[in-house]
Amino acid sequence: MTHRRPIYLDYAATTPVDPRVAERMAACLTADGVYGNPASRSHALGWEAERAVEKARGQVADLVGADPRELVFTSGATESDNLAILGAARAARGCGRHLVTCSTEHKAVLDSCRQLEREGWEVTYLDPGRNGLLVPEQVTAALREDTVLVSLMHVNNETGVIQDIAAIGERVRRHGALFHVDAAQSAGRLEIDLRRLPVDLMAFSAHKVYGPKGAGALYVRDHPGLRLEPLLHGGGQERGLRPGTLATHQIVGMGEAFRIARASLASEVADQRELRDRLWEGLRQVGGIHLNGDPEHRVANILSVCIDGVQGEALIMALREVALSSGSACASASREPSHVLRALGLSESEVDSSIRLSLGRFTTADEVERVLGMIAISVSRLRDLARARQGTDGAGGGPSAHKTAS
Amino acid sequence: MTYLDHNATTPLDPRVREAMLPYLGAEPGNPSSAHRYGRRARAALDRAREQVATLVGVQPRQVIFTSGGTEANNLALFGLAAVERPGRLALSPVEHPSVIEPARALEREAWELDWLPVDADGRVVVAAWEPAAETRIVSTMWANNETGVVQPVAEIAAKARAAGALVHSDAVQALGKLPVVFRDSGAHLLTLSSHKINGPQGAGALVVDPAVDLASRQLGGGQERSLRNGTENLAGIVGFGMAAELAGAGREERAETNRALIERLMDGLDGIHGITLFASSAERLPNTLLFAIDGIDGEALLLALDREGLAVSSGSACHSGTGTPSHVLSAMGVPDAVARGAIRVSVGHGNNAEDIDALVAALGRQVTALRKLVATA
Repeated sequence: MTHRRPIYLDYAATTPVDPRVAERMAACLTADGVYGNPASRSHALGWEAERAVEKARGQVADLVGADPRELVFTSGATESDNLAILGAARAARGCGRHLVTCSTEHKAVLDSCRQLEREGWEVTYLDPGRNGLLVPEQVTAALREDTVLVSLMHVNNETGVIQDIAAIGERVRRHGALFHVDAAQSAGRLEIDLRRLPVDLMAFSAHKVYGPKGAGALYVRDHPGLRLEPLLHGGGQERGLRPGTLATHQIVGMGEAFRIARASLASEVADQRELRDRLWEGLRQVGGIHLNGDPEHRVANILSVCIDGVQGEALIMALREVALSSGSACASASREPSHVLRALGLSESEVDSSIRLSLGRFTTADEVERVLGMIAISVSRLRDLARARQGTDGAGGGPSAHKTAS
Repeated sequence: MTYLDHNATTPLDPRVREAMLPYLGAEPGNPSSAHRYGRRARAALDRAREQVATLVGVQPRQVIFTSGGTEANNLALFGLAAVERPGRLALSPVEHPSVIEPARALEREAWELDWLPVDADGRVVVAAWEPAAETRIVSTMWANNETGVVQPVAEIAAKARAAGALVHSDAVQALGKLPVVFRDSGAHLLTLSSHKINGPQGAGALVVDPAVDLASRQLGGGQERSLRNGTENLAGIVGFGMAAELAGAGREERAETNRALIERLMDGLDGIHGITLFASSAERLPNTLLFAIDGIDGEALLLALDREGLAVSSGSACHSGTGTPSHVLSAMGVPDAVARGAIRVSVGHGNNAEDIDALVAALGRQVTALRKLVATA
């Protein structure tokens, strides 16, 4: 029997590097490749590296409708989120001391906010509705005289729901506060046009868009009222906002990844939506499976579902030939229950019974069918087991079906 | 192009490239994921951590991967300062900007800076330094990026420790060129970088004494024992690991080769009138020589050399193009007019005697041409 690679349905955790991206990066890394230090101003190898970096900056800018000069390269979305929140807040010390965010944000945002709380700031953590969405008025109501920054994610990494950042951004802008958006999960999956969106700062990741891990960018709107205090201090690279030698091959990879994403966005979204709808249809036929998060306002590639009478971790173990997760990759390492699903109002057992399936560019219809077959078998086995155990224990009641729309 | 700027960055070793390629390919693993792909990524990360740990003689768990030397230096200083009571921070005036700038930022908070005394070679004079009361952090680089001068790290560390201070050393330029043994250095924290040892750009590490308390700078996600959060640059770290392994294996031979090339260069420069060698009698990295030529503008000479296919630099890549004279040479008491003419040659993997001869010949030609130009002007 041939050894089969597990079917990868964890694209929200990280994406494989697109072969075209890998090729560009590998070409940079050869003996006659672009290995200069882009900060070297005295020889052709340095200039060549600088040109490669600037080309990539243009490619990233093109996907999101930004001016290349408004993009700062970082080591990833975590650093971008840190730089946006800590950098904007600290630069605005004296103008205010209050931030607004949401309880379902990524840890990179929440931990930055916690750090600011230790520095004397106040943070309002908005709770979304059961569908994972904020109502724009919630944000308006939370804005105070001394609110400096609002930070929200565009697409949630666990549920895939899309926040209405245009409507929220309008309100934030009218109030005069800055608006940061974590777009790690939405870039390349939704149209983003920063010429139109009322957004001041936006964080991007390369490795969620078929680029390399260890590369990201922060969009910083060119506006005199927007200042950032850098997190790193040193060699002056990236206009002093992010010093440190630029990793040319990584940035070239990110640029190519964003170029491809722009070219294929519409068709990919259509393909993935079809696969996701088939996956959801198949899961519904299994029975006792509920969708977490809003059924309409969601990205095309993520499904978070709660499965009655089944432990998510047990199901993941049983599905040995499928790579998927119970929530965010960061949380799987620490085995903490999902703060996102808790914030949606799911009970502890509902959270325990949830899994995340995330599709991507290389997912096939055949893979979806095979996964559905495996899930149906495993769910039924695990439910039988649970029933048998309940019978012997005499314990009653499994997780009750909840009323998530589907 | 003949590349003689290895202290700015180094070409990737082909074996490092081979090691990285599988992680630039179809493998989608996030090391934090629990599934098979994630576990494979985690195993690759662990192996790289062992390779880097072995090079400097520490336990793997002491290695915290970062995006490079700049981030590691920032993490060291800010990370210590955040858990220590504000006090005095002592550092040498010849440090890299990624040490000096964080120190300046701390100075704007509640910290006071003391500058370690250096001699005309830019070497710290340990005997002339007494740590002030309340000195909590001491930072000294292992070897200077511009002059190649090696600092007496162990002696500085011993004095600092006796005064109750924690010691950080930026070993970015020393790694792979000198034996860098964490325990012998006396440092509590050590900064390493991948792209100076023929590994990829975008990876580095801070080596941490397990007894030292450090606050994290990049927040969220819990990676690197929560000391450096964010999804790891897997391919970069795998490359760094392989580069570390290779750097350890052939270090002495490489040092010999490089030393011979620098001696050949010094002999060649003897034939050019008006050469000033910097720190020529001090203990230096085997691969580095900084010099200036009387009456010659460094930038003009560099551009002329570039046209001849020779890549050298004026000093650090970070200063390049800014027009400000090197703070390292200023600290050594070199007048600005001389400092502006500084040329740094740093040799490495792939260089040979012909490269040096080509450089010496080109220098002779270009210096003559530039002097003629100045004379007619």
